[in-house]
Amino acid sequence: MSTWKVACLIAVKDLRVERRSKIVTNQVLPFAGITMVSFAFALDKQNVLDTVAPGLIWLATTFSLLILVQRSFSIETDDGALDAMRVAGIDARAIFLGKAMALAVQLLVLEILLLFAAVVFYGESIQSSGAQGPVLAVVLLVTTLVSATCGLAAVGTLYGGLAAGFKGSETLLPLLTLPAVAPVLIGATKAVESAVGTAGAVVSEGWQWVGLLAVFAVAFGIGGALAFGPLIDE
Amino acid sequence: MEDAGFILGSYFLTFATVGLFAWRTLRSGRKLADQIPDDDKYWL
Amino acid sequence: MTTIDPARTELQPSEPPPQRRSTGTRATRLVGIGCITAMGWLVAFGLGFSPADRDQKESVRILYVHVPTIWLAYLAFVVTAVSSGLYLLTKKQSLGWDRVAGASAEIGVAFVAVTLAVGSLWGRLTWGVFWQWDARLTTTALLFVTYIGYLAVRRLGGSHQQRAKRSAVLGMIAVIEIPLVHFSVKMWRSLHQEATVANLDGDTKMDGIMLFSLFVGVIAFTFLYVWLMLHRTRAMAMEDMLEDRGLDDALIARRAEAANQQNGAH
Repeated sequence: MSTWKVACLIAVKDLRVERRSKIVTNQVLPFAGITMVSFAFALDKQNVLDTVAPGLIWLATTFSLLILVQRSFSIETDDGALDAMRVAGIDARAIFLGKAMALAVQLLVLEILLLFAAVVFYGESIQSSGAQGPVLAVVLLVTTLVSATCGLAAVGTLYGGLAAGFKGSETLLPLLTLPAVAPVLIGATKAVESAVGTAGAVVSEGWQWVGLLAVFAVAFGIGGALAFGPLIDE
Repeated sequence: MEDAGFILGSYFLTFATVGLFAWRTLRSGRKLADQIPDDDKYWL
Repeated sequence: MTTIDPARTELQPSEPPPQRRSTGTRATRLVGIGCITAMGWLVAFGLGFSPADRDQKESVRILYVHVPTIWLAYLAFVVTAVSSGLYLLTKKQSLGWDRVAGASAEIGVAFVAVTLAVGSLWGRLTWGVFWQWDARLTTTALLFVTYIGYLAVRRLGGSHQQRAKRSAVLGMIAVIEIPLVHFSVKMWRSLHQEATVANLDGDTKMDGIMLFSLFVGVIAFTFLYVWLMLHRTRAMAMEDMLEDRGLDDALIARRAEAANQQNGAH
């Protein structure tokens, strides 16, 4: 079987486990929601929420990423499934890609819900000025979501695999992940600001940030796939 | 000297770190060296 | 007045323990003397002989320790990256490279911390604020946190080869990560440049004695780096030996126990 096929099987397996356990829907999504509400308490000033909403969406996503990664690897290490897969001769790159894909799907769902939360709670709206109306802004938003998610999922899977199964991995994961995803936090926030027109940002400014996000996703996708084998082989 | 507190403070901070790091390195080296026979010390 | 504790004298072994030699050698002593001499020069030139700057006034003196510390930190991180690569790429997978990488990262983290602290003092005098969100500062702060994470991963446990492989891979990932972080932060800052604070750079035109003071500082801290690396890698080698010995002892004890049990059963 090709690496991609195995990766897809692993991704489907992960998503099935998550669907059955309902941890994501019953715990991670509510956590992200309460984070958004908490931001409103902390930033209780006229018009502040409207201005900082794009950043808050990605902050909430990053925090939820940490929980999702923790979860994604605890289902593997609890009964030694990661080692079992390696013993069964499954390519480490396939494990990396599969887990990253499953993580990306979950993140994407989460981000869309967070965007809706921002519309409802913080009064955001898609930029509809310009000749094409909101079409370009929506395209920018979708490409931003996809490219940022790929980068986040790659970094999360890489460091999740590194810390998995060790004492103190819960505290190590944020320490490793947060500085690494700083470019995503910056780029995705700026791109969403362009899409929703925060502080007069225009849609055309957003594309350079999508470029950064894409470079990031590719770099960590390839780097992670190559590094994952040596990291989990012990 | 103008702003002497800041300037002397930064010199003190730098050299205190240098001293502390050097002292800790030497001390840990001595402690460990007591437990290892000289034959195993590749630098001798 | 000293009193002799009889219990203590009884416990003393009849022969003094063999004199064990520590991590110092003639080479480290020479480097150490060079380092202390250069540090003395640095203080003399930095605080005494060099004049105050036209723009920065006396606060320029901070740069004579600030620039050498960040030079030392960058040097340390480059060595960490290179020796991580050498560990992974050479066939022997020598733990020596791993220890060089680890010792170097420890030194780098300590001196980035000093750089950030001293730099904020300089910033307060020159810019009027302790911290400014510019590309260089932000990247340095993230670099600091990244290598704290690297050191935490080194302490995760497992065998020495596991530690070495894991941290070497992480050391290589940092090589992708740091340029990306720097590039993105630069892009971020270039879009809304805040012109509220004077943008004075440390490395604009300097006169001869200032440049010389800076040069003395860089020499002094390079000596310091070499000295620390020699001592620290030796200490780390001994740590590894002790852990191996502890493991061997445990194995021997376990075998003896098993043998005893078998004898008892017969």
